Amino acid sequence: MLSASDLRKGLKVQIDGNPYIVTEFEFSKPGKGQALYRCKMRNMISGNQLVKTYRSNDKFEKAELDERKMQFLYNQGEEFHFMDTDNYEQLSLTKEQMGDNINYLLENMDVVVLFFDGKPIDITLPTFVNLAVTRADPWAKGDTSGNDTKPVTVQTGYELQVPPFVEEGDRIQIDTRTGQYVTRVKE
Amino acid sequence: MLSIEGLHKRAAFFRCIRSFFHNQGFLEVDTPLRQPVYIPESNIVPISSEGQYLQSSPELCMKRILAHGCDKIFQLSHCFRKGELGRLHLEEFQLLEWYRTDCDYTQLMDDCEAFLRFLSEALKDYSVSCGNSDDTELFSGIDLSGSWRKLTVAEAFAEYSPIPMEKTISTGNFDEILTEYVEPHLGLEAPVFLYAYPQQLASLARKSPSNPSIAERFELYIQGVEVANGFSELTDEHEQRTRFEEEIAVISAHYGRDVVMPERFLHDLGKLTEAAGIALGVDRLFMLAMNWKSISSAVTFAPDDF
Repeated sequence: MLSASDLRKGLKVQIDGNPYIVTEFEFSKPGKGQALYRCKMRNMISGNQLVKTYRSNDKFEKAELDERKMQFLYNQGEEFHFMDTDNYEQLSLTKEQMGDNINYLLENMDVVVLFFDGKPIDITLPTFVNLAVTRADPWAKGDTSGNDTKPVTVQTGYELQVPPFVEEGDRIQIDTRTGQYVTRVKE
Repeated sequence: MLSIEGLHKRAAFFRCIRSFFHNQGFLEVDTPLRQPVYIPESNIVPISSEGQYLQSSPELCMKRILAHGCDKIFQLSHCFRKGELGRLHLEEFQLLEWYRTDCDYTQLMDDCEAFLRFLSEALKDYSVSCGNSDDTELFSGIDLSGSWRKLTVAEAFAEYSPIPMEKTISTGNFDEILTEYVEPHLGLEAPVFLYAYPQQLASLARKSPSNPSIAERFELYIQGVEVANGFSELTDEHEQRTRFEEEIAVISAHYGRDVVMPERFLHDLGKLTEAAGIALGVDRLFMLAMNWKSISSAVTFAPDDF
């Protein structure tokens, strides 16, 4: 059993027999009051959103998901195709089921496909992925905005903030749990 | 980690806080972070340390000092509350607490106004005297002038909540409704005092002599953020004991923890006549002064820095 203090972004819990993933999470506690854990969750099968506030005594079941290592092949419109490299079995997930994962996904990438009741519902990416920067504005010297980051676009089309020294053509490591820049990589 | 510029700002901030209280004739005190007893409050979980506890607030020790004959004291100290981690919460944070004898909580509201006005001016002067050309405006967009709005909790619920305050107390979701519907509206342009709390939400505060269902407790809000909690102290040691016993019963029923009655505190409380005290979240105030959005950005090292 999980308790409210285990709640965090990305946690998968089971509610009324359905697997939910926590997509947004905020802890609050009014002065002298109770701890409140406000969650936005997505039903991993239907995609429906659920907003709920939990208290410290609330308990949860962890979502029981089966996992299988698979390789991402390609996407055709809204469908993302994966293959089990041991037996060549293929399956697909919808763009909705993929969620933010599409920001970090490259062809031939090894991922873990998650199954609930035998049906594929989501994937887990490697924690860190390396992606090429396809668009970066040169750092404007004398920028007095006080920001020490600038936006770049990577090969998947995802846009993120990076330190000013990152240039077009560089490869950067991104943490797929947070979507944030980790480091520049040499390959 | 806080930037070097941030470290300088934070140091100036603390220096100005101390100046204000020294100028006002307050005695600075310091009390142990680790103690064998903790305040029996069911909503605050202490962090234990080798059979003792890290303080959740210096409140009990400071009131004992008052009881022994000081009239105006203040302290800046680190406090610890287990499991509190979020945009406005850290398990370790800093409280500024000040206490006065022979007054009630309205005096503390006046103190808050004078304190924040002083702080804002003093930080400006300090920055100029250091030859700091940095022109970051502190407390930008917050009007600290004049007398700040005072709103009773019941009035605030009537204004912002879909459910009246009384009903939320009987159904047990006062905290949810306060957080969701009321707090986001408080202190957006100028600070606001939310006061006259339902008596059951203030276990160390005095009941209003004219209306015992209300506690003489207030919270200071700035830009929807709860910054300080002050009250007229409950100085009747027998009533305080009864309230602690109720809290201890809840704590042992819900969490299975044994709680020691803070006997020496209750003994000293009996010597105290009238007093009022307040705890102000220093990291949150610094965050607001800098116009930052999370408490983690306002402390020297945040949990993510390790």
